[in-house]
Amino acid sequence: MPPATSDAIIRVRDITVQFGATRVLDGLNLDVRRGEILGFVGPSGAGKSVLTRTIIGLVPKLSGRIEVFGIDLDSADSRQRRGVERRWGILFQQGALFSSLTVRQNIQFPVREYLNVSQRLLDEITIAKLGMVGLKPEVADRFPSELSGGMIKRVALARALALDPELVFLDEPTSGLDPIGAGDFDELVRTLQRTLGLTVFMVTHDLDSLYTACDRIAVLGNGKIIAAGSIADMQASQHPWLRAYFHGKRARAVVT
Amino acid sequence: MIVANDPTLEHIVRGNGLALSAAGSWTARFAPELEQLVLAAERLSGTRANIFIDVSQVSGLDTFGAWLIERLRRNLTTGGVEAQISGLSVNYSSLVDEVRRVKAAPADAAEPVTFSGMMEQIGRSVAGTGGTLLSLVDMLGAVLAAAGRVMRHPRSFRLTSTVHHLEQVCWRAVPIVVLITFLIGCIISQQGIFHFRRFGADIFVVDMLGVLVLREIGVLLVAIMVAGRSGSAYTAELGSMKMREEIDALRTMGFDPIEVLILPRMLALILALPILAFLGAIAALYGGGLVAWGYGGVDPEAFLLRLRDAISIDHFTVGLIKAPVMAAVIGIVACVEGLAVQGSAESLGQHTTSSVVKGIFFVIVMDGVFAIFFASIGM
Repeated sequence: MPPATSDAIIRVRDITVQFGATRVLDGLNLDVRRGEILGFVGPSGAGKSVLTRTIIGLVPKLSGRIEVFGIDLDSADSRQRRGVERRWGILFQQGALFSSLTVRQNIQFPVREYLNVSQRLLDEITIAKLGMVGLKPEVADRFPSELSGGMIKRVALARALALDPELVFLDEPTSGLDPIGAGDFDELVRTLQRTLGLTVFMVTHDLDSLYTACDRIAVLGNGKIIAAGSIADMQASQHPWLRAYFHGKRARAVVT
Repeated sequence: MIVANDPTLEHIVRGNGLALSAAGSWTARFAPELEQLVLAAERLSGTRANIFIDVSQVSGLDTFGAWLIERLRRNLTTGGVEAQISGLSVNYSSLVDEVRRVKAAPADAAEPVTFSGMMEQIGRSVAGTGGTLLSLVDMLGAVLAAAGRVMRHPRSFRLTSTVHHLEQVCWRAVPIVVLITFLIGCIISQQGIFHFRRFGADIFVVDMLGVLVLREIGVLLVAIMVAGRSGSAYTAELGSMKMREEIDALRTMGFDPIEVLILPRMLALILALPILAFLGAIAALYGGGLVAWGYGGVDPEAFLLRLRDAISIDHFTVGLIKAPVMAAVIGIVACVEGLAVQGSAESLGQHTTSSVVKGIFFVIVMDGVFAIFFASIGM
């Protein structure tokens, strides 16, 4: 077992997840430190999204322990769990905006549930959040079906940030965005991390994001973390998948 | 970890100046308290020479706190004197800069309810009814045109899809249709015997059961069940395909969605309803017969003899002629509603509901039209 770092905001120990006969995660350990942007990579189908969904409690695990904010999620009672859920925000791969609510109502939904504040403050905070993710206030009264793919991701991020969480999970935030839009999104995540002091757990396939946005990278393979460290560590690694990933044709295009 | 402590906002009026000092945790957790503090402080505005907001004692700040401090600063800035924020730590300055760029929120404009607005609503829904009828005729035409094309090129007919839908709407519907029509047959028979017995006319229950089941109830009941069971399924399937752009994808690949998706469904429904109506009628007669025997003392032999005299092949034909037409009406309504679904889950729900409601409504209207028609040709 790796030494426990005192400032780990997520601590995952010996997690095993199995679907039928296939073991997706096999005794996985992972620490996410406070204030960092952790990029999480791995081959398609390796279980990156499964790990994310296991941490946030959407996928049941066979064994292991998950601590978020120092609270063991298995032994937490429902009040503690709600407390944890209030302190994290999640951006799903497809946005998962509520399709029958407007952008404004989508962002206000979690705030309305957890805090008893006036409609005026709600509206002001909504506009502030939209501004933070780079959207104009005019978008507020549109429905999700009237938004472009990039706007959906931004609104979903604004909703994830609605309660000013300390920890944000981003599941492939830049997939489906054009390179400029993706670059803006990375920049946005960086800015928000600086201004709000966020910890970001980002599942990604985007090499640019890894280079520009992430402080640390963890690589998933065969149900375990095969490497974790800075981008320089990754490039120096001799692991065959890492070599292919960071020294392939597309990787060279990013570096040069 | 930062210890969360209650936020405070104290003020000192010094001559012509106002000094506010914020302390504690200015975070979302305390948003309701913070809002009250800021509202109270905003009332202190007036003509002042200088206003300072000291935030050096603030132990935690997030978007909520930063915005409320910014809002306070804006509201206190009156008469050319700009309120100053002082003691801002480096960690928080970028967050405050961020909220400083926020423009005042536009109010959530709610339309006031007016008389003319209500009238407009009524007018629109009446016009919408016309639009509904038009789109049904439109769909009927499109389906017939697609059927014509398929007849000319029989290879383009989607047999697998049709068989699949036939299994869904016919084979899998048999148990529930048979069960319900059996029970309805029992009830009609029991009620008939109960009331006819007073006139000593028990045996006429067989006439009533035969005519009612074969001509009206059998097919009508089954059509209503199919509208609820399969019409709604068609609308939901087509609607969610529309939402995920699957129908657009088909079109761009050069396929006609009517031919690929709607024709097999329509055909399956048109084949299924007469079969289900036939099975339903048998089940209802069987149920009615059992009750007549057990409750009314009409033994099976007498029941069959009476039934043979009471009904003619016409009754049966009338029922079966109606079935495919009703199936077509249900199918067209379901497909029109499915394709009208917009991007939201709410819209899918609305159109599925209206598919069933309109489907049942048109089935009953059709039944009335048929009743007039068959009466005038003497069937």
